Amino acid sequence: MPTMNMIQALNDAHKVMMARDEDIVVFGEDIGYFGGVFRVTEGLQRQFGKTRTFDAPISEGGIVATAVGMAAYGIKPVIEIQFADYIYPGYDQIVSEVAKMRYRTAGEWTMPMVIRTPYGGGIFGGQTHSQSPESLFTHIAGLKVVIPSTPYDAKGLLIAAIEDPDPVVFFEPKRIYNGPFDGHHDRPVKPWSKHPASEVPQGHYTVPIGKAAVVREGGDLTILAYGTMVHVALAVVEDLGIDAEVIDLRTLVPLDLDTIEESVKKTGRCLVVHEAPRTSGFGAELVALVQERCFYHLEAPVERVTGWDTPYPHAYEWAYFPGPKRMKRALEKVMAD
Amino acid sequence: MSDKDPGLRRNAPKLELHVPEPAFRPGDTPDFSSLKVPDAGAAPRPDTSAPAADTYPLTTSLVRVLGGDDKAVGAWDPKLDADTLRKMLRDMVTVRIFDDRMYRAQRQGKTSFYMKCTGEEAIAVAAAAALDREDMHFPTYRQQGLLIARGYPLTEMMNQIYSNKGDKLQGRQLPIMYSDRKHGFFSISGNLATQFPQAVGWAMAAAIKGDSRIAMGWVGDGATAEGDFHSAMTFAAVYNAPVILATVNNQWAISSFSGIAGAERATFAQRAVGYGIAGLRADGNDALAVYAAVKWAAERARSNDGPTLIEFFTYRAEGHSTSDDPSGYRPINEAKLWPLGDPIERLKTHLLAIGEWDEDRHAAMAAECDSEVRAAQKESEKLGILPQQGKDNVGSMFEDVYADVPWHLAEQRDEALSEGRD
Repeated sequence: MPTMNMIQALNDAHKVMMARDEDIVVFGEDIGYFGGVFRVTEGLQRQFGKTRTFDAPISEGGIVATAVGMAAYGIKPVIEIQFADYIYPGYDQIVSEVAKMRYRTAGEWTMPMVIRTPYGGGIFGGQTHSQSPESLFTHIAGLKVVIPSTPYDAKGLLIAAIEDPDPVVFFEPKRIYNGPFDGHHDRPVKPWSKHPASEVPQGHYTVPIGKAAVVREGGDLTILAYGTMVHVALAVVEDLGIDAEVIDLRTLVPLDLDTIEESVKKTGRCLVVHEAPRTSGFGAELVALVQERCFYHLEAPVERVTGWDTPYPHAYEWAYFPGPKRMKRALEKVMAD
Repeated sequence: MSDKDPGLRRNAPKLELHVPEPAFRPGDTPDFSSLKVPDAGAAPRPDTSAPAADTYPLTTSLVRVLGGDDKAVGAWDPKLDADTLRKMLRDMVTVRIFDDRMYRAQRQGKTSFYMKCTGEEAIAVAAAAALDREDMHFPTYRQQGLLIARGYPLTEMMNQIYSNKGDKLQGRQLPIMYSDRKHGFFSISGNLATQFPQAVGWAMAAAIKGDSRIAMGWVGDGATAEGDFHSAMTFAAVYNAPVILATVNNQWAISSFSGIAGAERATFAQRAVGYGIAGLRADGNDALAVYAAVKWAAERARSNDGPTLIEFFTYRAEGHSTSDDPSGYRPINEAKLWPLGDPIERLKTHLLAIGEWDEDRHAAMAAECDSEVRAAQKESEKLGILPQQGKDNVGSMFEDVYADVPWHLAEQRDEALSEGRD
């Protein structure tokens, strides 16, 4: 089986789906001839032509709005917002239009579309190329929010997102586009090819939306993570020799609460991890749900490991990033009694 | 402060912020004599495939067809047959009666909200007449004339206004936020201008699929200030989208006059110049001018000659909505003194002038429209009015958020239903 990095896997998902469904149209900034700043759409214009893959003006509001019009017409837009940090000019269209269209028209108009966008830090992108704004979308009724953490999942989830009848905001952890990241930025990057999830089948397959993956089974505690932080968490528990159960949420909305509940009831302890700022982050929702469902099974308070409630500072990137040190401290607290 | 303070530079004037003010406020006597109204028939009509620049003189003048003698004159005369004119007149009369009845229904407490389009009836009605039935509209909340002209049942409109058992939108939308795919009428949004670039997207999709249908997007003068207006113009221009972009300049955005949206410096039609697309400015109270402008833009779009921005110059004769009282910000007699007249009167007198209409027929037609509206209202009210709604079928509010109801909404639905049992 061929191995792929996450970019190749995402590119392959586009190719598989565009070949199967001629109503799929891909557009965004720099995604046409050039193939995107991260190369995810490389070769699509050559293969599928300019009317199905084209560059868009630097207007995220316009990109999302025209996608709404296209979905209303009956074709399927798969759009790229070049960085998640750039998505805000399109936010009104996403929140007020994309998310609510099925509801406000009682199903007369639906908005099956995928809004792909690279998110997260660790690439020295500074404040405007490092953000993790997922909670601004998990809060909006009508959107599904998906975040893969491996090439295999990236392809399968993107295909599932394209086939989904509802709009999906698809966050791509750009720090791990080219290889899993253990949180130690001073160590050489490991390529995906050494990771089993880089084995990506050819052709069509899906990874279901709304289903988490237990990526490491364990009995000591449950770690809830997604995107880049899945790999950081795995590396830390290996380093510390903790028998953690690590759950990769993969989909934030709809959330696979059954898998979370089952695990926390088994381990009695829980750590929630994300790169986004702490206050009102998705972790707050996870902590609330865990205490609602598992309170009498908990042996310690649920802890959060997150980015700070500051903008993402360029030179202080690694002081901001919730890396192994922050996670180790939190683990010690969760495991204390 | 030291003398190095840049605020103290000698000979530099003190900077002043300009906040536009309308010419007349409550208590003033409106005087529109300075408003230059070009003669009907004066505007030249370029070929629909002409370079966009050929239209630019038209962005500062006004396409007008109905002249002082109530005849249709000039190159823009669409030369419509009398049946088409009578159909437009009837639709406009129906819209006005419908508005009056629904306004009254709101005042009677039968619904929460209503918005009239008084004085602007010609715009939506004539635009509907000029486009093909299959073309797609992305309207604002003041284009009820599109639905009426396309024969959408009045009862359906009222069901939506009352959020009653017949409301296909299941009581989820504010009154008048209609949606009907079959009548080519996109779901109205309360977030202004969002539909403008959506219309461009629909038109782009039509072009991607090699369709022959076109789209028409609508926006008011106030909402041209939104970024979405700029997105729409940019995308329409970049992709040569087969779209008509209409700005209805009715002079007022709630209490803000068009100057607050930039109209002191340029017409709304002139914005076409900066994007390099065709631009027209038409007398919105002249149904024939509206028809001719839309027809021109439609032919242009359908022939891959590109998008057109049209400004319909009109006047919002009544309040913004039932929640608004214009006497607080403009003279109450301003609408009556508006120099472009009433669109229904103007079309009616035209039909009279060409010998295709008489007062008796008009009275009979108006009476017919009135009884149609009353009958529809009676029918709709059988299905309920707003104060009775929102109690049955509470569970339905959790549907259509997604295609399927996810677990968290199913749980919340159970919670909501159990509240109803307390």
